Amino acid sequence: MATPNRPLSPHLQVYRLPLTALMSITHRFTGIALTFGTLLLAWWVTAAAYGTTEYAQVQSFLGSWLGLLLLFGFSFALFFHLCNGLRHLFWDIGRYFELEETRRADIFVLIGAAALTAVTWVMVL
Amino acid sequence: MASNTHSLRSALGKVRGLGSAKEGTHHWWLQRLTALALLPLTIWFVASLIGLSGFGHEGFVSWFGQPVNATIMILFIAMAFHHAQLGMQVVIEDYVSHHGRRMALIILVKFACYGLAVLSVVSILKIALGA
Repeated sequence: MATPNRPLSPHLQVYRLPLTALMSITHRFTGIALTFGTLLLAWWVTAAAYGTTEYAQVQSFLGSWLGLLLLFGFSFALFFHLCNGLRHLFWDIGRYFELEETRRADIFVLIGAAALTAVTWVMVL
Repeated sequence: MASNTHSLRSALGKVRGLGSAKEGTHHWWLQRLTALALLPLTIWFVASLIGLSGFGHEGFVSWFGQPVNATIMILFIAMAFHHAQLGMQVVIEDYVSHHGRRMALIILVKFACYGLAVLSVVSILKIALGA
């Protein structure tokens, strides 16, 4: 291009992302993480089908600190993607597009995901 | 719509609305359909996990030995993997610009998702049928 002196549009490095944009990219990140998380799901049900010994191996891994950390991350990613996905479905039917509604939905999604994660772990532990 | 007289698209093409990818809103619609199905299925799945957490293999077998539970679990597995491969396809299409690499990754993700989905369904079926 022969126009090197043109002003550049705001770049990711200097542009502070608004919360809604952060939520949007987090939706993608959690989606990717959850796809990898399905490996854990497949391992769990397959081990159960193979028998008691194999199932016990999965249980002991999931009970380790690494397993619990993965499960905790998995649960928050799942609930974030669930809550934010619900907001996406409302967008799809044309609702809650106003700036103020979007900001409110950001907060609802974050509180919802955190609350569901907390409730889940309180019930498990 | 007077400007449409200059369009190179045929009237039939416009009515069908399938666009250049020849599938219209099919991908978008399935992504939403599976998302909708996953809302209650995910809540049920997490509730099952909470219920199963205290019990070992026996608890798993008796829970998924019930036909209704096995059915809901298989629906969850099918919807989750379908939703995952649709979403991953979009992410790969957005960020991987090299044609060959993009195609290879999409094929890899789709094959892996279908393989893991069938493996998981067969495993649940094995327990559900008491085999």
